[in-house]
Amino acid sequence: MTAATKLRSRHLLGIAELDPDEIELILDTAVAMKEIGTRTIKKVPALRGRTVVNLFFEASTRTRLSFELAEKRLSADTMGITVAGSSVTKGETLADTARTLEAMSPDLIVIRHAASGSPHLLSTICKAGIVNAGDGTHEHPTQALLDALTMRERKGRLAGLKVAIVGDLLHSRVLRSNVLLLTKMGAEVRACGPATLIPLGLKALGVHVTTSIDEAVKDADVVMMLRVQHERMHGLFLPSLREYFSLFGLTPARLEHAASNVIVMHPGPMNRGVEIDSAVADGPWSVILDQVANGVAVRMAVLYLLAGEELT
Amino acid sequence: MAHATDAYVLKGGRVVDPRAGRDGHFDIRIENGLVAAIGKDLPLDDARVVEVPAGFVSTPGLIDMHVHLREPGQEHKETIATGTWSAVVGGFTGVACMPNTDPVNDSASVTQFILKRAAEAGFARVYPIGAVSLGSMGDQMTEMGDLRAAGCVAFTDDGKPVATALLMRRALEYAGMFDVPIIEHCEDPSLKGDGVAHEGAVAAMLGLRGIPGVAESIMAERDISLAEVTGGRIHVAHMSARQTMRAVRDGKSRGVRVTCEVAPHHFTLTDEALKDGAGYNTNLKMNPPLREEADRLAMIEGLRDGSVDIISTDHAPHHADEKALEFDRAPFGIVGLETCVPLCLDRLVHAGVISLSRLVELLSSNPASLLKIPGGTIAVGAPADLTVLAPDAPVTVRTAALVSKSKNSPFDAWQLRGATAATIVGGRVLYANPAVADAARFVAT
Repeated sequence: MTAATKLRSRHLLGIAELDPDEIELILDTAVAMKEIGTRTIKKVPALRGRTVVNLFFEASTRTRLSFELAEKRLSADTMGITVAGSSVTKGETLADTARTLEAMSPDLIVIRHAASGSPHLLSTICKAGIVNAGDGTHEHPTQALLDALTMRERKGRLAGLKVAIVGDLLHSRVLRSNVLLLTKMGAEVRACGPATLIPLGLKALGVHVTTSIDEAVKDADVVMMLRVQHERMHGLFLPSLREYFSLFGLTPARLEHAASNVIVMHPGPMNRGVEIDSAVADGPWSVILDQVANGVAVRMAVLYLLAGEELT
Repeated sequence: MAHATDAYVLKGGRVVDPRAGRDGHFDIRIENGLVAAIGKDLPLDDARVVEVPAGFVSTPGLIDMHVHLREPGQEHKETIATGTWSAVVGGFTGVACMPNTDPVNDSASVTQFILKRAAEAGFARVYPIGAVSLGSMGDQMTEMGDLRAAGCVAFTDDGKPVATALLMRRALEYAGMFDVPIIEHCEDPSLKGDGVAHEGAVAAMLGLRGIPGVAESIMAERDISLAEVTGGRIHVAHMSARQTMRAVRDGKSRGVRVTCEVAPHHFTLTDEALKDGAGYNTNLKMNPPLREEADRLAMIEGLRDGSVDIISTDHAPHHADEKALEFDRAPFGIVGLETCVPLCLDRLVHAGVISLSRLVELLSSNPASLLKIPGGTIAVGAPADLTVLAPDAPVTVRTAALVSKSKNSPFDAWQLRGATAATIVGGRVLYANPAVADAARFVAT
């Protein structure tokens, strides 16, 4: 396959829609964007005159700030709308909110929403490009891209990497996007979580699924921990967080069986003592803060590739 | 006026009427709204003659026993008039309507209102189904005797299952006095949870909460066991899961009075369709959900081997605004009355799964027998409720052109073979399909 020079869609709805060469393009572009963040004046005019709307229907700090910073560094005009809870409380449908925004002629709409498929609904309504900043339990494509950038930086490659992803697999959009990305790029993915929190169909994607964290971590080059939420106890998924940590928590002892230069990742926010021991989170394996820095670069790359085309 | 009475003869067409053991070319004489005679080369006397076009098939009027007419209370989705007209355009001369209206059809006054509105509309015949419990809340049994006397033909808390095993037991016993079935929306509420799509690989990857097949079958198994001990009649509505088909088959084999129905979307579509286009098409959201291929094939096999008794549409109209929401938030249900006949002819008859005669059993004779209502056969002296099919006519579904008040169908642009040519209720040709060549012959000029 020849290298992509642009994205084929005007939206970024998910990793599912991307081909490997498009993923490479985004990561390569992100490397260039990352350099901008090291300058004294951290700003380029790539999206000058472009309007980006950040439409956040779900609580988010790091993703929203990361997108906002990416937009500002590219000189875009940005509007942020954070709707507490959802638009339904105001009686306005998502479709109507989208049409209202559309009337202001934005170039891109970045959406975070609790309902899976919300960006897809917007893409059928809006002329603007849609960027999925996390939809329900479906996808979180920019997270998987920043994770991939971090792995590539640290390991020099994605193909052949042994990546363990541990935690609440069922409710995780980070898992879905990462599995799609990593399998497309030739990595070996092991997914580990309690039997009550394993979605069907993972095996069909070529993922090794296990309920043993030791099996998942053994010889792993990368261990990615997923957040476990307290409310999972109410759905009868877990008996207690205490037992969860004893069965699935990542500790220095468990990491001993990983590859010697293993890196540990977490999309945040972390629950220390639930899915990850503080000694791991703050230890030499952790690349969690690299992920945050790479998040800005990857989002700059995505925004630039979707809306910055004609400026070059 | 040339004719002494309003008499006409459907001449020379193929007639398929399995209950009467008839499949061949016959004349049908209709007089004063009744079937006056059926036979070969009937004398024409002074009757108007309708030469039935070659290839057309006359059948007993089709009956859809699972329809949501939405009136009273949700007239923005459908009314009794628009719903029964949609039925007629779809080839149905009769429909049984579900009680989950607002108010719920849990009293004779609501039943009488429905029947009054249906008579005013004058389209398809309407057979109300009463609620099992007051408000379908699962607490107190409705006055089934009163409801039966007012015209209810069965009882159900459809939209949700009969809440407890005890209530189902009592309902089966009590309804047994009137020899009417309990129709069950089989679903274990705890296993369904807040699911929105079939629990399987597709929903898992789309991030949609799942409804497992076992949520349906476990409730069917409860109800079949209760029908067994009570001797009551249980009818499993809109069956979708292969496990449920197995439970029903087992029940039948031990002599339990259990029957079941399947909706066209469950033998034509699977959850894979949720991935089509941009994905998350809310016109693919219904309850029970579209399941996976093994389930679809189990429905097909049940239709083929006789384990499935009835095809019904679960016609569930919703306003476009209600469906234009996030998948999680959109209501369950699709319209089905106008797409049923083409889907059945194309995907079952032309596909070689079942014969035309078996299709007439599934769409007419069996629902009439189950509900003990008139029709299901073409009988001399009975009201002339007939459906004329054009099994080879090409159909392109256009959801915008549906006459139902709602257009929430996933079958837009589907190209199918087989159409309704005409629908005759009480001898009156209420509908002749303008898209079918020669169907206009059925309309008196």
